[in-house]
Amino acid sequence: MAEATLRVYRGDKDGGGHVDYKVPVAPGMVVLDALHYIQGHQAPDLAVRWNCKAAKCGSCSGEVNGRPKLMCKTRMDDLPLDQPITVNPLKTFPIIKDLVTDVSLNYRINKKIPPFTPSENTEWRMQQDDIDRVQEFRKCIECFLCQNVCHVLRDHQKTEEFGGPRFFVRIAGLEMHPLDTVSRTELLKDELGIGFCNITKCCTEVCPEDIHITDNAIIPLKERVVDDYYDPVRWVIRKLTGRGKK
Amino acid sequence: MANEKYETHEHDVLIIGAGGAGLRASIEALNQGASVGVVCKSLLGKAHTVMAEGGVAAAMANVDAADGWKPHFRDTMRGGKFMNNWRMAQLHAQEAPERVLELEKWGALFDRTPDGRILQRAFGGHTYKRLAHVGDRTGLEMIRTLQDRGVQQGIDVYMECTVTKLLKDGDRVVGAFAYWRETGRFVVFKAKAVVICTGGIGKAWRVTSNSWEYTGDGQSLAFEAGAELKDMEFVQFHPTGMVWPPGVQGILVTEAVRGEGGILRNKNGERFMEKYDPKRMELSTRDVVARSIYTEVREGRGSEHGGAYLDISHKPADYVKKKLPSMYHQFKELADVDITTGPMEVGPTCHYVMGGINVEAETGAATVKGLYAAGEAAAGLHGGNRLGGNSLSDLLVFGRRAGMAAAQYANGIGASSVSNDQIEAAAREMLEPFERASGESPYDVHRDLQESMQNLVGIFRNQEDMTKGLENIYQFKERAKKVSVDGSRMFNPGWHLARDLTNMLIVAEAVALSARERKESRGAHARVDFEKLDDAMWGKQHNIITRNADGSLNLSQRPLMEMPEELKQVLAEDE
Repeated sequence: MAEATLRVYRGDKDGGGHVDYKVPVAPGMVVLDALHYIQGHQAPDLAVRWNCKAAKCGSCSGEVNGRPKLMCKTRMDDLPLDQPITVNPLKTFPIIKDLVTDVSLNYRINKKIPPFTPSENTEWRMQQDDIDRVQEFRKCIECFLCQNVCHVLRDHQKTEEFGGPRFFVRIAGLEMHPLDTVSRTELLKDELGIGFCNITKCCTEVCPEDIHITDNAIIPLKERVVDDYYDPVRWVIRKLTGRGKK
Repeated sequence: MANEKYETHEHDVLIIGAGGAGLRASIEALNQGASVGVVCKSLLGKAHTVMAEGGVAAAMANVDAADGWKPHFRDTMRGGKFMNNWRMAQLHAQEAPERVLELEKWGALFDRTPDGRILQRAFGGHTYKRLAHVGDRTGLEMIRTLQDRGVQQGIDVYMECTVTKLLKDGDRVVGAFAYWRETGRFVVFKAKAVVICTGGIGKAWRVTSNSWEYTGDGQSLAFEAGAELKDMEFVQFHPTGMVWPPGVQGILVTEAVRGEGGILRNKNGERFMEKYDPKRMELSTRDVVARSIYTEVREGRGSEHGGAYLDISHKPADYVKKKLPSMYHQFKELADVDITTGPMEVGPTCHYVMGGINVEAETGAATVKGLYAAGEAAAGLHGGNRLGGNSLSDLLVFGRRAGMAAAQYANGIGASSVSNDQIEAAAREMLEPFERASGESPYDVHRDLQESMQNLVGIFRNQEDMTKGLENIYQFKERAKKVSVDGSRMFNPGWHLARDLTNMLIVAEAVALSARERKESRGAHARVDFEKLDDAMWGKQHNIITRNADGSLNLSQRPLMEMPEELKQVLAEDE
């Protein structure tokens, strides 16, 4: 049976380094299988998050050979096995131990978002065509790979000023819900700093659910912010009538 | 008073588990004015509910106008081979539509009918098109909706925190002892009522659709606290798990594939369900389909890797991708199979436990004061076999009821105290594996347990195998007492497994004991040495497991509750 070497980051906030593990390669094996093999046979204290093993829960995000991946769907036979496979924790989030990082930031950002708010007399009829685009956003499994690769968070650590792609997707799902009545543009503009995004589409590239984060969520939201706050005609109308104020 | 050495939190209602049942319970307990804490082993939003695919069963009659609570009740009872708690089956069928519509009001977006209502699809054992769904990711929609609602309403969530003991004051449950997975530090929760929503036990088998979390924690916690477990022999093997490649073996292939028209064939191309259930074919109940596939394989007509072929490729490719998107990706990426052009290979996988903590239908109250349970951890609704889609609706209906009852109970009960001894004993127990310098790895014992349960207490059972299985469990229990773990208490999966293993051993023994005793075949419990239903005896009684004073398991039988005349009439009516 073929053998692979996994070069896994072992450490915590006080530091650490890579450790090599030899793992037998079975057909169709994924990187998460290899990590489980290591836990079961060599390093029972190797920390890694996982749940469904079928790309539905978004728990096992990591950086495999430098690429942000769900490890449960990263096939070993797609990687060059003649050299060690490097497995690192997500870089953007503070490390807890080994491959596990502190993603609590995401839960804090999420709390800032006003919930779905239908009007009181809503008639609960919606056409499939009208919800298709919202259902795209609701596919998000919260793997946080988009947050991990976004340079505003990864390189510039704007964690307090910027919401990040995951939460723009979530807000897009609320804003474009046919029966929602609340505007979240002020939140987007001020607290979640959507202006920092310069649409490099890194988030879209890594999304394991193929959500068109930049094109379908972020750009339309940016347009809404512009319409509400920077459109000169609307600005004049607001000044004159006092209406349409956000 | 709680021991001051440990971090302590206090709530009116403590909910263990943050899947659909736990979150729905927490929302309801909050509505009742209770302060609510939710403890969960994983991050919020990653619980098993997220993996539910096909849909939530509710007789809304949006597609088939003839549907209603009575047909749903009948289907559930018949599917469960009448071992169900009829009152739960009734409440479930009556309340599920309202619970689904409520989700929509909280922001869930189900697929639509042409006239803009919630679309419903066909599923095994359901007479009508009944499953509200979002493609094949219904559970994700549900858990996200509930989690956003709960967080918005103000639940306190303790993520990546594992409960190891329920704390008692006399005969009352008044809290829980837990550890933070991240740091390994201990934490004490004081509560007036505790609701167990911890899901199932599937990790005790080798081929399973269940994640690492499904180690029977809730059932074991309740058992240790003196509560009854009921009908633990009824373990559902879902007919369609992936079988190839080896790493994905057991991963769920949603029943929605068959709901959307998928056809099962053996290696000779025969549509073998014609033999086993000519009327319902692929949409027979899960127990029947699982045994049919297993039988085809055993008799030499299996697929290349020991399963059956499941084919949906006769449907238009775009339709398959729209209605079964995650199946499409799952097979493409993990098995190199394009399901729009060719068949999948599928075989049975351990999926769900119908048995569990014995609860009162209306309130989810367990048989110990202050303790409640809902969802997969509780027994009753599904009887001997669960229909697909009835789990998500179970979580909503009985999560809400348990949350409400727990909060009302908490509202009317006075202060309690927890002895330091209990807390110190719980802490000591957790630290023991570190103190044993040499010993087996818990992973070794776990692998052996899984193999034994797979081979000896699986889909088809007999007396001899189960006796052997039980002997194995007793040996594993001895080995589990001697496992040692390496490393520190910080996020240490080996240490976590050492604890989870003790829970799996309790539930595995409960399953094997109950299954060996039930000398008949009923629903998911199939015996080769007792192939027929025994309505005269076993159709009239439940298996009940309780804890003896020395910690061992005690098995006894209890008669079924007598069904009222009006429900008997509903069952007798046929469409």
